[in-house]
Amino acid sequence: MGDPGTKELLSLEELEASGQMRTGRKHVLSILVENKPGVLTRIAGLFARRGFNIDTLTVGPTDDEHVSRVTLTVDGALHPIDQVTKQLHKLINVLKIRDLEPADTVTRELALFKVAADGVQRAEVLQLCEIFRGRVVDVTRRSIILEITGTTDKIESFESLLRPFGLVEMMRTGEIAISRGRGET
Amino acid sequence: MRAVDAVMECLKAEGVDVVFGYPGGANLPTYDAFVDAGIRHVLVRHEAGGGHAAEGYAKSTGKVGVALGTSGPGATNLVTPIMDAMMDSVPVVFITGQVRTELLGTDGFQEADILGITMPAVKHSWMIQHPLEIPRVLHEAFHVARTGRPGPVVVDIPTDLSKVDIPYEPVTDVHLPGYQPTTEGNVKQIRQAAKALAASRRPVIYAGGGVISAGASAELTEFVTSDRFPITCTLNGLGGFPAPHPQWLGMLGMHGTRTANYAMDEADLICAVGARFDDRITGKLSEFAPRAKFIHIDIDPAEISKNVPAHIPIVGDARNILGKLVNEYRALDADAGRLDEWWQRIGAWQEKHPLGFTDSSDEEIKPQRAVQAIYEATGGSAIVCSDVGQHQMWAAQYYHFDRPRKWLNSGGLGTMGFGFPAAIGAAVGNPDETVVCITGDGSFQMNLQELATVSENRIPVKVLILNNGYLGMVRQWQELFWDNRYSQVDMGQTPDFVKLAEAYGVAGVRLTRKDSLVEDLRAAIAIDGPVVVDISVTREENVYPMIAPGAAAREMVG
Repeated sequence: MGDPGTKELLSLEELEASGQMRTGRKHVLSILVENKPGVLTRIAGLFARRGFNIDTLTVGPTDDEHVSRVTLTVDGALHPIDQVTKQLHKLINVLKIRDLEPADTVTRELALFKVAADGVQRAEVLQLCEIFRGRVVDVTRRSIILEITGTTDKIESFESLLRPFGLVEMMRTGEIAISRGRGET
Repeated sequence: MRAVDAVMECLKAEGVDVVFGYPGGANLPTYDAFVDAGIRHVLVRHEAGGGHAAEGYAKSTGKVGVALGTSGPGATNLVTPIMDAMMDSVPVVFITGQVRTELLGTDGFQEADILGITMPAVKHSWMIQHPLEIPRVLHEAFHVARTGRPGPVVVDIPTDLSKVDIPYEPVTDVHLPGYQPTTEGNVKQIRQAAKALAASRRPVIYAGGGVISAGASAELTEFVTSDRFPITCTLNGLGGFPAPHPQWLGMLGMHGTRTANYAMDEADLICAVGARFDDRITGKLSEFAPRAKFIHIDIDPAEISKNVPAHIPIVGDARNILGKLVNEYRALDADAGRLDEWWQRIGAWQEKHPLGFTDSSDEEIKPQRAVQAIYEATGGSAIVCSDVGQHQMWAAQYYHFDRPRKWLNSGGLGTMGFGFPAAIGAAVGNPDETVVCITGDGSFQMNLQELATVSENRIPVKVLILNNGYLGMVRQWQELFWDNRYSQVDMGQTPDFVKLAEAYGVAGVRLTRKDSLVEDLRAAIAIDGPVVVDISVTREENVYPMIAPGAAAREMVG
C-alpha cells in the first residue's frame, strides 16, 4: 500500500487488508496506578490513539490509599496489545501492569436489572433469579430490580433469559479481575 | 516566600541560566519574580518561538531548556514545540500559567485545559493543586525531562496558587515510584550482540538521535572503529559519528545516500543504536532490510520491536552499553578478513552512486551548491539549525557534521518554523559559536517575528534563506507524484527579506552571484550581530536521491 501522500488510489479492500487484525483473544489488563488526577485520561488516551475500543474499565481503591487499581478489558490481537502495554509502562503514574491470562484469573462483574414483571411473570423471574444466585433489591407493584454478580458470560445469559419478560434497563459495572493462587495480581 | 519566588529558586537549583517566554495575565506573578531572581529571560515574540528556542538551547547544550507561557492562548501556542520536543526526545520544561482555581472549568477568560490538550504530547505533566507542591513538582519535572529517554514536561500553575506564601526548603531527592528507567544493559544480551557482530559478514551500524542524547558519540566511534563496521546515521543522528570518516556511509532513509540504503538492504545484521525505525527510514516496512537480523539498543523499551522485530534487544543507556559492547567484541578477536567482500560491495556503490548534483552552467545558484558554500564559509564548524523542507535535506546531505550537537533539526514532527527560533536558543546557549539557520522562504515566514527578538537582544544568528519562491518539498511531491499539478505551492509575492530584516534593525544581505558565493557568505556571516541573508536559488530543483514514500530502498530514484 502506498503512502497516503501519493496519488495512488487506494481500494477499500487494500485499506482493510493493511490494518492489523483485532480479533485476537480478549485481554484483561490489571493496572496499578498512583491515585492522582488525570491518570485515567492518560491511560484511556493511549488506547484511543491506536483506535482501540475499551470494552470495560473499572477503577477502585486498593489497600493502599495512594494506589488505585484499573481493570481494563479490550479485544486485541497479541501484537498491538504488547505495544500499548509498553506505552502504558512509560506513564509516570503507572506502577505495574499485568496482562492476565483468562485461565489463571477470577473475574467478576456486578449487574443490576430492572424488569417490568408483574403477576404470573414475577414468580418466573424470581425463580430465574434464584437459579442464577441473584438478589432482589427493590420491588414495586409494576417492577422489580435484581442484582447479580458473576462472570460476563453468566450475566449475559441471565440478561438473555430476562429480556422476554420486559427488561426496562440494565447496568453493568465492567469486570474486576484477580489472579488465582497466592501471588499478587 | 511567594510560591513564584520558590519557582525561581528551583530553576536556579536546577542550573537554569536562561528561560524563553512571554508574559500574560495568568503568569504575572512569575514575571514579577523575574525582576529580582537574577535569571536571564529572553522575551520572544510568540510562545512557539520561545518553545523552539528552548529546544534549540537544549539540543545544542545538552542541558534542559525552559519555556514559559501564560494561560489559554499562551499555553496553546506552546503545543507545537511540546509535540516537537516529544517526537525528537528533547528535554524541555514548559511552565504555563493557569486561571485562578475558582475559575477552573468555567470557561474563564484565557482558560485552556492545557494538561488535557497536551496529554498525548508530553512525557509527563502536572497541574499544581496546592502551593506546597510547587518545589517538589518542579524538581520532579526536571528529573523526568532529563533522565531516561528525554522529553518535554508541562507544569501548569494556577495564578492564585502561585502567589501564596510558602515555606521553601530545597528539594534534594526525587523519587517517583512509577518511573525507573533502565540504564544498564543486560550483560547476556550484550554478549550475544558481540557474538552476532563477530559472526556477521555484512553488518551495518544504524545510529540515531539517541546516541547524541546519551552523549555516546565517543563510545559509538570507538565501537564502530573497533572493527571495520560500516555506519549510517539518521537525520537526527548526524554528527553522532564524524561524517568525514572512511567507515561513514552517509545518511540513510528517504533522502539518504544510495550506499547507505543499499547497505541496509543487503545487510545480514543491523545494529540500531538510539534509533527508532521511523517510516522515513524504513520505507516499505515489509521490504526493509529483508536479510537482516536486528540488534536494537534503546533506552525506551517501547521502541524495541515497535516497527521491526528485534532479535537481540538491549534496553539501556547507549553510552553505557556501547562501552561494554566494545569490550565484549574485542575479546572475541573476530576474523579480520571476513568484511573484505562487504567493503568491496560498498566501495562499488560509493563509486557508482556518489552524492552529487548537476551544477548550473550560468550564474544561477543551485541550492546544493549554496549549502556547500555555507559549509566552506563556516569552515564546517558552525552550529547549523535547519527548518523543514528541501533546504533541510540539502543541508543534511551537503553540510558534513563531525561532532554531535552541531545539527539541530525537527526530525520527527517536521515543524516548519522550528529553525530560526531554535537557532536563537542555540546562540544564547553557545555564545562563542557561529550559529546559522539554513531555512527556506516558506519555513522562515512561519516564525519570522523572532527577528525582533534577535534584534533587541543582539543575538548573532545568521539566517540563510535558500529562496526559491516555492514550498519546495511540497512542489517536488506534486511534480513527482501528482502529475505536475501544482496546488498552492507558489509563494507568490514573497517579502523583500532584506528590507524586512532592516525594518527590524537586523542586517540584510541579498546574494545572487555564484562565483563569489563563498566570499560573500563569509562577509555576510562576519557582520556583527544578527544577519538575514537572502540567497536566490534555482526555482525548481529536486532533492535526490529519493525513496518514494512507501517504496523499498532498492527502488531509489534520482
